[in-house]
Amino acid sequence: MNNTLFGFAAGDTWLHRLSGATKLLAFIGISLIAMASYDTRFTAAIVVMSLVLFKMAHIHWRQIRLVVKLILVFSLLNLLTVYLFSPEYGVSLYGTRHLLAGSGYFTLTQEQLFYELNLALKYVVTVPLALLFLITTNPSEFAASLNKLHLSYKISYAVALSLRYIPDIQHVYHQISQSQQARGYELSKKAGPLHRLRGAAQVLMPLIFSSLDRIETISQAMELRRFGRDKHRSWYMDRPFGAADWAVIAGTGVIIAIGLSLFAVNGGRFFNPFR
Amino acid sequence: MAEPIIQFDHVTFQYDSQAEPTLQDVSLTITRGEKVLIVGPSGSGKSTLGNLINGLIPHAIPGKLTGKVTVCGQDVAASSVFDLSQHVGTVLQDPDSQFVGLTTAEDIAFALENDGTAVAAMHERVAAVAATLGIKGQLAQSPQDLSGGQKQRTAMAGVLIDNGQVLLFDEPLAALDPATGKSSIELIADLHHRLGVTVVIIEHRLEDVLTQPVDRVLVIDNGRLIADVTPAELLHGTLLPQIGVRSPLYLQALTAAGIDLAQVKGIESVTTVAAPNLAQRLAEWSAAEARPTKPAAGEPLLRVQGLRFGYDKQTQIFDGLDLTINRGDMVALVGRNGVGKTTLSQLLVGFEQPQAGTMTFAGTDLASLSIKERADRIGYIMQDPNQMISKNLIRDEVGLGLDLRGVAAAERDARVDEALRICGLYEFRHWPISALSFGQKKRVTIAAILVLRPEMLILDEPTAGQDWRHYTQMMRFLERLNRKHGMTIMLITHDMHLMLEYANRTVVLGDRGILLDAQPASVLSDTAVIKAASLAETSLYQLAKRFGLDPYRFTSQVIAHERRVTGDE
Repeated sequence: MNNTLFGFAAGDTWLHRLSGATKLLAFIGISLIAMASYDTRFTAAIVVMSLVLFKMAHIHWRQIRLVVKLILVFSLLNLLTVYLFSPEYGVSLYGTRHLLAGSGYFTLTQEQLFYELNLALKYVVTVPLALLFLITTNPSEFAASLNKLHLSYKISYAVALSLRYIPDIQHVYHQISQSQQARGYELSKKAGPLHRLRGAAQVLMPLIFSSLDRIETISQAMELRRFGRDKHRSWYMDRPFGAADWAVIAGTGVIIAIGLSLFAVNGGRFFNPFR
Repeated sequence: MAEPIIQFDHVTFQYDSQAEPTLQDVSLTITRGEKVLIVGPSGSGKSTLGNLINGLIPHAIPGKLTGKVTVCGQDVAASSVFDLSQHVGTVLQDPDSQFVGLTTAEDIAFALENDGTAVAAMHERVAAVAATLGIKGQLAQSPQDLSGGQKQRTAMAGVLIDNGQVLLFDEPLAALDPATGKSSIELIADLHHRLGVTVVIIEHRLEDVLTQPVDRVLVIDNGRLIADVTPAELLHGTLLPQIGVRSPLYLQALTAAGIDLAQVKGIESVTTVAAPNLAQRLAEWSAAEARPTKPAAGEPLLRVQGLRFGYDKQTQIFDGLDLTINRGDMVALVGRNGVGKTTLSQLLVGFEQPQAGTMTFAGTDLASLSIKERADRIGYIMQDPNQMISKNLIRDEVGLGLDLRGVAAAERDARVDEALRICGLYEFRHWPISALSFGQKKRVTIAAILVLRPEMLILDEPTAGQDWRHYTQMMRFLERLNRKHGMTIMLITHDMHLMLEYANRTVVLGDRGILLDAQPASVLSDTAVIKAASLAETSLYQLAKRFGLDPYRFTSQVIAHERRVTGDE
């Protein structure tokens, strides 16, 4: 059952050993500054850094292939729409106009290309960071780290539990879908899309009912062990902050500081090479 | 000494969704340190009783409660599930569905986490409890990856960590294979003895629980407490058959041999049971009974040759499996959990694809058929009917396979009616499925497969979670299908009684393919196979051994006799 979109993969690199809360803080902090900044040099550096981290976490291409492809398609679509709606936005942004091709409404300028490159980098930069966090943080630590950031532990645990049950639900779905195929629903590629959609709906009803049963059982089991009695709980897997954690948080602080100081240097969020 | 720890004072409880009270005017007392078994058929209200002890009723499950339940000095209605859980540890039926932790250690620590216990103290307590239960080596593993017995131990550890005074087990045997069930009952006895806790076991499999001493048995039927007796009193009496709970097999053997149970001594266990001239009378009876006959084998229907399969490269589940099922067989497929019984069925019906090997059915190579086409020949019925049902009305559900195959309306209706009649559902044909019981739903799924007129049925645990009465109805029904309609049937089961009583052949699956393929009664005489396949000796076998009778012959005779006696129901 290794076909989930994003699953925790056990490992023993320094990234795995970091506390979940550290990783969550670093992920949120770096993502925010990378989203805010339009300084190409800065975002490109962060992209390079996250690729290095990927290497360090021993993450393989096949683990992230599907997600990366999905995101590539969506960001390309997005970039295209941005161009279609406003092909001269880069010109108004950077205040100069270097025409490459075209005339009338659909022109292609260096400014627009540069603006869209910045946009593309933004999409690219947050995804590896998010994947890195999800793949190196085990679900119970994930819950613990959300809780550390003062999110209610009930919600944190619900998130972690649902992540954990994705493979189970996939398994049940598979079972039900096969038994429905045996009954005669064609769910394979041979059937038309409408037909398949109707078939999938038939799988959904038994899936929902059997999931509801499970949810009732597990919530009773959790209540019987006092889940939800107190405002706070402790976590068996809680790790005390180590030197590496402090170093990562400090590193995150430095990156954010650089990002902010670049705002001052550039006189705004945009780095402008045309002036 | 006899300090009451659980008290019910004229308790009546009615679920909001029910028209009648599920428990009526129940009064009982359980004293500290006792070990009590609550027994009763499905729907008798015994689980409701358990939920009143741990406070799920009335706090999590709404309904109308009158009378007073007191547990460890607390009024249950005025307390909360949380507070009661400090005193009462509940182990639910299926450990798999209640694991929350990602690792075994976290699951055991769950209650402590919710108390906000400091991390270091938690690690210490978890290690101590794990050592008590012998699962110290499994702490870092995921609870889902453990063996059945280890899962049960993890679930127990998760409640033992509270040092509660009462341990409540809700059908602890339901999800376990025979050998694991047996060791679980031994473990409960050991904990009771070592920790001095009060133990309450809710279970309808009386014989299995009574393999270890129990102080008292409470019998619930139709929401009323109808007996509060010692095990010996219960077994001497005639109550059990009346309420649809099976009495132990060794006592059925004694009854068959014409021995009056009222005069039997040491009735609680097969190792102590005694009566005047018992050995002689059993031997005489066995000599007078007909010898077991070997059923004639039909022509081969399904032939599996050199089957290879594994879910991943590391673990090979089948490595060159050969198996032949004959027409008219009623074969029981048994073996330890996870040995591949369900996988084999799924390979047959095309849900999984083999890596190598051939499967032919009545001369046709199954590899050339799609899932849908195979379903016309081999029907597969999953354990949980809720995973198969997709329509609201019985007729629609049963006719679905025919509608999808474009069968004309007139023929469709005729075939649906026929299947409904065979399954005893004809009078319910216009009912919504949600109004049916679990056993009836199971029949609906069987009817929905029968309309396709397959030549063979594979049923995964057809009687799981059903009490003896429903179990007997289901098995008689399958037997009729087999005998009258010539249906070839393969049953995947953990139930040794079922195998002995209804199968004409048993295939024992082991790690290296088929361990044994023989008549059911002879399987249980093979100690090596019993151990390898996690089966358990039945008390008939033990009784035969004790009195120097041939176990195979004796077992067959008792089962045959019992079937003759109850056959006219």
